[in-house]
Amino acid sequence: MTTATKKIHVTTTVNGESVEFLCEPRNSLLEVLRDTLGLTGCKEGCNNGNCGACTVIVNKLPVNSCLVFGVEAEGAEIETVEGIADANELHPIQDCFLEGAALQCGICTPGFLVSAKALLEKKPGASEETIRFDLSGNLCRCTGYDKIVRAIQEADKQMSAATVDSTTND
Amino acid sequence: MKDFQYAAPTTIQAATSLLTEHGSGARILAGGTDIIVQLREGLREADIVVDIKKIPELRECQYSDESGLCLGAAVTCCEIYEDADLAGRYGALADSTHIIGGWQIQSRASVGGNLCNASPAADTIPALIVLNAEAQVTGPNGQRTIAADAFCTGPGINSLVDGEFVVAIQIPPQSASMGSAYQRFIPRNEMDIAVVGVGSWIELDADGNIANARISLGAVAATPLFAVEASQFLVGKEPSDDNFAEAAELAKQIATPITDMRGTAHYRTHLVGVLVKRTLTTALARAQA
Ligand SMILES: Cc1cc2nc3c(=O)[nH]c(=O)nc-3n(C[C@H](O)[C@H](O)[C@H](O)COP(=O)(O)OP(=O)(O)OC[C@H]3O[C@@H](n4cnc5c(N)ncnc54)[C@H](O)[C@@H]3O)c2cc1C
Ligand code: FES
Ligand code: FES
Repeated sequence: MTTATKKIHVTTTVNGESVEFLCEPRNSLLEVLRDTLGLTGCKEGCNNGNCGACTVIVNKLPVNSCLVFGVEAEGAEIETVEGIADANELHPIQDCFLEGAALQCGICTPGFLVSAKALLEKKPGASEETIRFDLSGNLCRCTGYDKIVRAIQEADKQMSAATVDSTTND
Repeated sequence: MKDFQYAAPTTIQAATSLLTEHGSGARILAGGTDIIVQLREGLREADIVVDIKKIPELRECQYSDESGLCLGAAVTCCEIYEDADLAGRYGALADSTHIIGGWQIQSRASVGGNLCNASPAADTIPALIVLNAEAQVTGPNGQRTIAADAFCTGPGINSLVDGEFVVAIQIPPQSASMGSAYQRFIPRNEMDIAVVGVGSWIELDADGNIANARISLGAVAATPLFAVEASQFLVGKEPSDDNFAEAAELAKQIATPITDMRGTAHYRTHLVGVLVKRTLTTALARAQA
């Protein structure tokens, strides 16, 4: 005999907007984001925590959404790659990935963008070694990483220049 | 993944009654970085998943010079190594939490989960063993404590019985004359499972000799090991390279590693010696700092 588990009602915040959804306890946050909420930016690479393609921010920290249950999102604040660009303007990290050709097939890119943004906000001016260590949970099969690291370093420069500009304008 | 129920109790009592009611059908969820993978891959099954992160006691982290550190079982790796005071005092714990998975894993993974998952290669367990940690356990028959070196009984098996869970990990206070370190060997810099992991802890006496020492080995037996003889050998000795080398030889004698794709038994035993010397040297420097 199988009895279908009741779906659970979850209220959460995604990219600043309040969102409600129903999910089964076994559904991952990745499944909920992609299949229920239509936010297909986060990707499924490995579905076991190794590749980082599914990275989203939950309560200010990067996590693998394949290793979070959707029901755990109750009351949380979630940021996905869809929330990174500002209306029609790309974020400096996105610009630098494009300019620096820091992607080939692009499957890993949303995860790298989310992790890199979290990293640069937390550790502006991070060394190459810090960038490589802190992004070790994001794998890329195509680029060989150098262009990704350089794009992040360039974005870091642009972001800190922008901060200096805005403080001098005050 | 098989269907299951989900509950997130907010008190220890509520969690205990849920776990007792469902017995072996209940699985505890902390950061989920082991259990979600195991449920998905069919290695474990659950009728109900009990999320313990909403219980305040499991998220607290308190230190006092009298009683030491009371680390809530669900406190995450990030919360530990980012706390400068805590990381400074408990070097081995900071070292081990900083290398578990990548940032995404460390944001979720707890020390309680690492201990309870009981992997022979778990990085925090040798650190907990050398720091003389005890798990504070609660269950249907009340509370008990289990020493870290007695907690794991086999690969993936711990000494908890149905209905029990770890509330906190208690670690003795650290004085300025103590230092500890954890290191593992992996073929790359990050994101891999230890080929061998070693933790060391040293306490110096007023003359700068070793008053007390503890060495623990990971990934060289069915459970992490406390290297009793190697540790005792150092007591009363000068913290010299020669004595560290002798302790390393004694530690190698208790290693019974397997040969697998990560390394041969011979190679693992050699690594035990290398890492014992290195972690003792780092622990000494920290005790002298
Ligand atoms: C990509 C990846 C990389 C990893 N890298 C490493 C690594 O480098 N080193 C390493 O050691 N591990 C590693 N792990 C394994 C895992 O991240 C750690 O073991 C982690 O510390 C588990 O903690 P958790 O809070 O996520 O546990 P969970 O998955 O929530 O739980 C683990 C187990 O313990 C039980 N449990 C949890 N909390 C309690 C409690 N309080 N009382 C009783 N039982 C409890 C659960 O039921 C489950 O069986 C990695 C995992 C992944 C996916
Ligand atoms: S899909 Fe989540 S880490 Fe790979
Ligand atoms: S661009 Fe293809 S995986 Fe990174």
